[in-house]
Amino acid sequence: MELLLSSAIGMLTAAGVYLILRRRSFAVVLGMTMLSYAINLFLFSTGRLVVNAPPILRDGATAYTDPLPQALVLTAIVISFGMTAVVVMMALGAFLEGGDDRVDMPRADRLPADSLSGNRMSGDGDA
Amino acid sequence: MSHLIIAPVVLPAVIGPLIILWMRNDLLLQRVFSIAGTALLAGVALYLNVLAAGGEVQVYRLGNWAAPFGIVLMLDRLAALMLLLTAVLALAVQLYAMGSGWDRKGRHFHALWQFQLMGICGAFLTGDAFNLFVFFEILLIASYGLMIHGGGEMRLRAGVQYIAYNLAGSTLFLAALGVLYSVTGTLNMADMALRVAAMPAEDTALLRVGAVLLMLVFAVKAALVPLHFWLPSTYANAPGPVAALFAIMTKVGVYGIIRFFTLVFPQDTVIESVVADLLLPAALFTLAIGQIGILGTRHLGRLAGFAAIGSIGTLMIAVAQFTPQGTSAAVYYLIHSTLAAGALFLIVDMIGARRGDLWLRLDRAMPGQGLIAALYFTAAIAVVGMPPFSGFIGKLLVMQATGAAPAMVWIWATILITSLIAIYALSRAGSIIFWKSFEVEGQELPSALELAPATVRGPIPPKLEPDEPIQDLGDAPANWLAVASVALLLSGIVALTAFAGPAMRLAEATAAQLHNPDAYVSAVLEGQEGTK
Repeated sequence: MELLLSSAIGMLTAAGVYLILRRRSFAVVLGMTMLSYAINLFLFSTGRLVVNAPPILRDGATAYTDPLPQALVLTAIVISFGMTAVVVMMALGAFLEGGDDRVDMPRADRLPADSLSGNRMSGDGDA
Repeated sequence: MSHLIIAPVVLPAVIGPLIILWMRNDLLLQRVFSIAGTALLAGVALYLNVLAAGGEVQVYRLGNWAAPFGIVLMLDRLAALMLLLTAVLALAVQLYAMGSGWDRKGRHFHALWQFQLMGICGAFLTGDAFNLFVFFEILLIASYGLMIHGGGEMRLRAGVQYIAYNLAGSTLFLAALGVLYSVTGTLNMADMALRVAAMPAEDTALLRVGAVLLMLVFAVKAALVPLHFWLPSTYANAPGPVAALFAIMTKVGVYGIIRFFTLVFPQDTVIESVVADLLLPAALFTLAIGQIGILGTRHLGRLAGFAAIGSIGTLMIAVAQFTPQGTSAAVYYLIHSTLAAGALFLIVDMIGARRGDLWLRLDRAMPGQGLIAALYFTAAIAVVGMPPFSGFIGKLLVMQATGAAPAMVWIWATILITSLIAIYALSRAGSIIFWKSFEVEGQELPSALELAPATVRGPIPPKLEPDEPIQDLGDAPANWLAVASVALLLSGIVALTAFAGPAMRLAEATAAQLHNPDAYVSAVLEGQEGTK
């Protein structure tokens, strides 16, 4: 159980980190989603792993699981869902305005247009 | 227990939706309500400062639930001071946004502005670690909207980067909170402080991991090297007033570090000096890279952004001492650097509106050159920390506070050498824009006052969907209002200089309260009769 959960968290994190280091916004968004899944699982496990026990403490209860991490995960899911929607909209906007979906800034952000060679205003060439 | 403690969160939270629901097509009403809300916020913040000046830590228990279980809002000197600083900066910058016409270049400027204030105020007030995360998300999501206000390719591209970076920061925040919760079993900051202090030293490995993760999260927010890469492009591409408001956003990260590492993880206890050992070199590199960046850039927005990074470096040097003297110097420099960075961003925006873009190159003289040059000169002196303004006093205080530190030679050398670089860089930029422009042949640029608002040259043209008209007031941008708001920020710096004595006493009292966390803890956890 512990091994299953921890290896799942580890693999999701590794895949997420790999993807957010990519240069295309689609991969970055996907990586963000995976990373937030990993974190949600991790948060869930911070209350210790207890199987088949209710998250309620009442008189005479012999076993229960910590309800707080579940509430935290719920909040984190809502927030990360909203944030994913925002980043998708923003990436779409940048794609429609700029014509490509790269996440790194073009040279035109750092240098004035007249010092750039040719008409490569956006993109660094090999895009 | 004063109910006004929650007002800085509730007030913007009410006005923001009102603006969206009732006034979405009426810019005049939006402006009136938004300004009134921010002014009211400043009044409340002033009252809360009076309340906190008694020296007692005030607790507001949400829903009247008992402390480690319910969420608490805490009002101490630092929180009250940060609230007032936020409100004053927001008020001045909002006046600028109206005067320069920025608030009509997109649809929801004022609503997002209020949500932004709600998040910032909440982050300063809360005494619960997870609640701090929630307020961070509120201020971030509002800042995403504000950052791309007005649209345009570069701004959207920078916005995507900014979001991606901060989303990664948010996941890190959750991971840090998860680690801390699994070790301490609580999220209330005061309760966490008690449990951390009671923990046997050999069981603190995971706790130290959590503490360092938390420091990284706040370092991302504060743009500490090497986690600063999001800042220059974001601030350079954000609308001028938004970048000026973002001057307080980096300070939220600084506030988080001060709060957590004086209250929950004080020096020389469980985490020993691991955070200070990481923070000090990072701060020195931040200062150096910020000031060298000012010299290296060819874009005025990035210039102001690198100046903001440099000021964070100075601030963090003081914070990383974790002594009362260092913290009081940090508090003083924090007020100064927020006002100075805000003013510099607004002045850069004024230059951009008159020259058409923000590139640092020779062009013809612009209208109102003398006035803007005077403002730039004043702000530049404040930013680099030359006499007579408060930047000088602030840097002196930081150097005084680090005089006995083991790394004193490195700290002083970095501060002094980078100040020289910044002086050179800012005077070079000023002379290219303001002095050499008279040598350029040709007429002056057309005066902004003589043009219709739609044709005033700006970084971007007004852009609204044609089928959903927002009421246009039909007036030219009120340049006097824009200038007055910059003057307001600069007069804040002058006041901080003139009343350096009282300001310093306030900073010392704040630092003393921060370095005596017992009062904070007992205010939360004791005297809970009558709670649920």
